[in-house]
Amino acid sequence: MDARVFNEFRAIVGERGLISSTEELHTYECDGLTNFRVLPCAVLLPSSTEQVQAIVRVCYREKIPFVARGSGTGLSGGALPVEDGIVLSLARMNRILEVDIPNARVVVEPGVINLDVTGRVQIHEYFYAPDPSSQSVCSIGGNVAENAGGAHCLKYGFTTTHVLSLEVVLPDGSLVHLGGKTLDTPGYDLAGVFVGSEGTLGVATKIILRIVKRPECIRTLLAAFPSTNEAGAAVSGIIAAGMLPAAIEMMDNLAIQAAEAAVHANYPNCGGLLLVELDGPLAEVEALLTHVEEICRSNGAWEIRIAQSDTERALVWKGRKAAFAAVGHISPNYIVQDGVIPRTALPQVMSEIERLSKENGLRVANVFHAGDGNLHPLVLYDRRIPGQADAALALSMKILELCLAAGGSITGEHGVGEEKKCMMSKMYAEPDLATMQRVRCAFDPFQLSNPTKVFPTPRLCGEKPGEYVPQRLETAGLAERF
Amino acid sequence: MDTTTQSSHVAVDSTLRQKFVDILGTDHLRPATPADSVSGVLPQLILEPATESHLAAALRLASESKLAVIPRGGGTKLGWGNPPSRGDLILSTARLNKILEHAWADLTVTVEAGCTIQTLQETLAQRSQRLALDPLWPEKATIGGILSANDSGALRLRFGALRDLIIGATIALPDGTLASSGGKVVKNVAGYDLPKLVTGALGTLGLITRAVFRLHPLPRNARSFSISTANAEDTQRLILSIQDSKLAHVALQSHFCAEALSSIDVLFEGTEAGLAAQATQLRSLCNSAQISEALPTVWSARQDFWSFSNPAETTIAKVSILPTNLAHTIELFRRAADSTHVPWKSLMYATGLGWLRLEGRAGNLHRALITLRADLEKMGGSLALLHRPTTLPPFDAWGAPGDSLPLMKAVKHQLDPRSTLNPGRFLGGI
Repeated sequence: MDARVFNEFRAIVGERGLISSTEELHTYECDGLTNFRVLPCAVLLPSSTEQVQAIVRVCYREKIPFVARGSGTGLSGGALPVEDGIVLSLARMNRILEVDIPNARVVVEPGVINLDVTGRVQIHEYFYAPDPSSQSVCSIGGNVAENAGGAHCLKYGFTTTHVLSLEVVLPDGSLVHLGGKTLDTPGYDLAGVFVGSEGTLGVATKIILRIVKRPECIRTLLAAFPSTNEAGAAVSGIIAAGMLPAAIEMMDNLAIQAAEAAVHANYPNCGGLLLVELDGPLAEVEALLTHVEEICRSNGAWEIRIAQSDTERALVWKGRKAAFAAVGHISPNYIVQDGVIPRTALPQVMSEIERLSKENGLRVANVFHAGDGNLHPLVLYDRRIPGQADAALALSMKILELCLAAGGSITGEHGVGEEKKCMMSKMYAEPDLATMQRVRCAFDPFQLSNPTKVFPTPRLCGEKPGEYVPQRLETAGLAERF
Repeated sequence: MDTTTQSSHVAVDSTLRQKFVDILGTDHLRPATPADSVSGVLPQLILEPATESHLAAALRLASESKLAVIPRGGGTKLGWGNPPSRGDLILSTARLNKILEHAWADLTVTVEAGCTIQTLQETLAQRSQRLALDPLWPEKATIGGILSANDSGALRLRFGALRDLIIGATIALPDGTLASSGGKVVKNVAGYDLPKLVTGALGTLGLITRAVFRLHPLPRNARSFSISTANAEDTQRLILSIQDSKLAHVALQSHFCAEALSSIDVLFEGTEAGLAAQATQLRSLCNSAQISEALPTVWSARQDFWSFSNPAETTIAKVSILPTNLAHTIELFRRAADSTHVPWKSLMYATGLGWLRLEGRAGNLHRALITLRADLEKMGGSLALLHRPTTLPPFDAWGAPGDSLPLMKAVKHQLDPRSTLNPGRFLGGI
């Protein structure tokens, strides 16, 4: 990058807002997915919307690609820098600007940490519902980019459900407001399109969030099953009985062992552990809890515990939320994957994963958001053993193909990012991707905003899309377009 | 409609008509009759394709022939939005009405756009499930229509709007592309969320041909309560305290008009034990206000708004405000109505969305609407006009576009560069 542009950036963010020494740049060379690394030309840390605009205007003029970054906890390489580009860290824009309890809205800057929103409103007995496992460190801006989920989105929805409005710096440096503090702002739901676009449509600089009143009562039930099949059958039973718990989580034996080794959650040592959380009015929850307990027992649960106090609940959740990191206690390296299947396909997909695991000689630990079919297979490997890293990556992609064959998705909450962009053409047909690309061109005609992510082969705006070719699974009759 | 005009620029001659016949088959198109006119615009042909690919091919031919296309489902909300600037063809989804897959154990359904909401709900109910939405005229309104118009009712408070229920969609674009996005799993962040983009786009970006929804179980039991309140301030206070309580109510609406006291309706769903406990809590929140058990029919209030005797002297608007501005908004309604001598009636949901009906001479209605829109926009809210008398002086259906209008136009241009679909009906002339 030439010195003139560099000086211009320095003038915008000041000496303390610019990182350019190779040593310091290494901190930004990857996000939570560490097997992809690219050193950016510079990292800029703006402290206001105006500074973001000024930076993006320079990028637009000079056609310098930029990648916005929150806390860098993403697991798909979404915040991976692009070559010859800059990183825009929103970490310093971390103010909670407004708390409006009567209207249940909070206005934040993108660098605000997810859990801090709840921290700010809990005195009024409200909470911010999306709860990715990294919620104590991840930022709202990053959550918006990835449409982050979490355990409780089964009942409460995803980040997109809770974002009412966005202030966005578009890739040409102009400022727009999408959505509004009130509902159904006239016009297209561009906030709905922006959330989950993985930083490819611009940079969010202000976000209006919806908060939720804390329920009267929360009960968490822990049930131990011989295997994930019985646990899965219990989940089906709960759904078939017409209940919508706040969360239904499942762990297999390897994941339980890891959690035990890491945080001593005191989980029963079983083949399939189910964690069901019910919340709402006390009388309602108690009635349903009895029913859930019956369903678990009739599906073979041999131990059932109910966490009563907040402390007991916290311990139960600690094991689950620490599960990804915990795997580090039982394996030197591992890949976290994020496939989704129709919940009913669980037994079949689990046995396929087991087969693949044996075939490849690699252990796979499984943690699921079982209520909505979101699987997090953790592929364990040792990078010191030649070939194992590649084998693990290949296995994790095969698991995603299983998810697609079952009619699911390649990502439920981690995003496509760098990691899974080659899988996009297996999930979507060419016209589907071309249509998304047209939407991208409306926002970012020069493809400057996180340009190399999400889509398999970035096409220039204005290029004619190719002919429709049915995807392999469709032809094989294994999946319809939907 | 007596002011019907033929405003098309391109005549569908016999050669072009034959091309449509070649795509669709003879039985699937017919000349339009005055009953097919849309806000005074009489199209030339009605097309009723039998498959998604026929629909896409017909749309492409229309676009290449520079014809303007008005998509139509059940035709219940065709008057919403601005009158079309052109309209040559009606592309109807009437024959695309199949429920393709009710994956009941996964709580999802894949349905074609022309299926009516009632047919869908009846099928889902066989497995004790529902699409948790209460749109207008369910026996006629179609999936594609409610999506395009973003229609939602009282249940939105608990279950969200269509944007929160739709998980996948297939759309036909004017260049003949059939594109799908989303999928049939509830949790999915792969690619852009195009289902949200087309929800509420009034058919101006693409024609929705099928959709996938997440479903909810039918409630085990339900109970409704009505509370009488003295005035708008009391109503607001009580609504905010219910909203701030730990009650898990599913819907909450309030009624206002010039002649009568205001009132609030609250809906609970759940187990009998849960309902009993919540009823007790609600009673204690009400203090001195009079509360009584209500019939489920109170939830048809929104649809009752549309049973008016004189369409030539009635307007219906959808308003959106912050819940804390409720009492002030009602005062604004009262003032605007009084100064223009028009009777008024309003139904407001706890979400801040609501409905306003004004009745009177067109000139008076026009003055009242101008004042009210300005007042609401000043508070960060909006007023969208849904029903207008034919004699109403020009009044944009949507109001002031914000700073994102150029971006919206860019999206429109990318997907529908010739303005084939519903030209002139949407925000900012889109």
